[in-house]
Amino acid sequence: MNALSKRLFLNTLIAVTVALPSLAQEAHVGDLTGHAASGKKLYRRFCVGCHGPLGDGNGENAPWIDPKPRDFTAATFKCRSTPTGTLPTDQDLYNSVGRGFYNSNMPHWDALTDQMRIDLVAYIKTFSPRWKSEKAGDPINIPAEPAVTMQSITHGAELFQKMECWKCHGQQGRGDGPSAATLTDSKDQPIRPYNFAAGGDDSRFKCGVTNQDVYRIFMTGVDGTPMPSFADVIQPNDAWDLVHFLRTLQTNRHSKENDVLKAAGGKIPVKAADAPSGSGGQ
Amino acid sequence: MRTKQLFMVASALMVSPALLFGAGTISGKVTYTGTPAKQKTIDMSKEPTCAKQHTTPITTETVVTGANNALENVVVYISAGAPDESSAPTQAVTFTQKGCQYLPHVLAMKTGQELKVVNDDQTSHNIHPLAKVNREWNKSQPPGTPPLSEKFDKEEFISVKCNVHPWMHGYFAVLKTSHYSVSGDNGAFSLPNLPAGKYTITAWQEDYGTQTQDVTITGNETKTVDFTFKAKPY
Repeated sequence: MNALSKRLFLNTLIAVTVALPSLAQEAHVGDLTGHAASGKKLYRRFCVGCHGPLGDGNGENAPWIDPKPRDFTAATFKCRSTPTGTLPTDQDLYNSVGRGFYNSNMPHWDALTDQMRIDLVAYIKTFSPRWKSEKAGDPINIPAEPAVTMQSITHGAELFQKMECWKCHGQQGRGDGPSAATLTDSKDQPIRPYNFAAGGDDSRFKCGVTNQDVYRIFMTGVDGTPMPSFADVIQPNDAWDLVHFLRTLQTNRHSKENDVLKAAGGKIPVKAADAPSGSGGQ
Repeated sequence: MRTKQLFMVASALMVSPALLFGAGTISGKVTYTGTPAKQKTIDMSKEPTCAKQHTTPITTETVVTGANNALENVVVYISAGAPDESSAPTQAVTFTQKGCQYLPHVLAMKTGQELKVVNDDQTSHNIHPLAKVNREWNKSQPPGTPPLSEKFDKEEFISVKCNVHPWMHGYFAVLKTSHYSVSGDNGAFSLPNLPAGKYTITAWQEDYGTQTQDVTITGNETKTVDFTFKAKPY
């Protein structure tokens, strides 16, 4: 009698603990609902080779891959609409799976259906307990983009100096600043700052291609890498000016920013005070 | 769940355990034996505004020693037996970036306590705590911007770095207790205001790991506990 009830209790306990996580592990984007159970099968077919059966980025291909596959157990994600240190939204992860990661071995998985991708997102979220104890961060607010003007570009160039973006990205944005060679990611792997000048009209950033994406990247930071968040130190309108300037660093890419710059003679006026000072005379 | 709630209510009613139960103190000294690894000299020439702040060459700070084999920057804290504290101290702890160094090199705080990060330099720093248990974040702090205000919710020794200046490295010691002390240049530490009880004291050094000792406080007394770490030659 006693043993039976004990076993019953244990069975229920096991059933509940097994069922609960899978119940909790859903992902939502628009009308889509992703399920971890379906995602697991897809993961084992498409993702396991690099990200590994445990989701820790130690798949059998991982030793030959640089940058390393994402470790989902750390729940640190590069491309987020949410503040640094917070979990990304389901939409962020869904976008990342569909977009892939430029300059890495992560392809864009747009050959999968929308349902398959959202199922994968649901499964990816089972690898870290953070998804049970924390909510995704609130996406940062991005105001409407102002017109591209020479004034905006010039102010952006001043910010590029003031925020010392050039320390890593270099004065021409070629990823060759004084600190570039020493950079490592949070797993101590060497990592390169983005080279804005590489590529032409097809140039992409890790987290997207639009001006809004550029805005989001430096405001939220790229977690797990040396790229910090500037949300606390750049005002929203200033941020748009910086976006407009960064576009002019993509010298081989056709853009309204480059058109405006070209029409103004191709040179950004530099204020003497903003030039990087060697000995820092105050 | 419920017991925890009850406990929180109960501990909220107790104004200060130390006032009610008397005040014992555990104090002592942290030393090392052997020869610690030689610290590396830092070349700050790439950051002239910082380099000119130092008249003598700056070295790494993984092991900082004082006279008579004193070991500095060791976090000594009560890891078991401390009276439960539901709230964090209202006073913030401050982490200052000055001369492209972290002051202090090891900063201890209680979970939930406010951490202020100050940039006193004429250059941008990025504050990047490489947390594994807590959330990892990474924020830029250009010169002249106000202090950052942050907190950590879980106990962890977090390695902190500035990616722009790769020599800058420090630690946040986030502890569940406010009964902690960081050894100074004479290796001394002190944990005051302890009610009678049995305690486990842990000493943590970033390169040498942790040591623990059990101590019993019976009343209004001061117990001496010393820690000796074996230095790693490299």
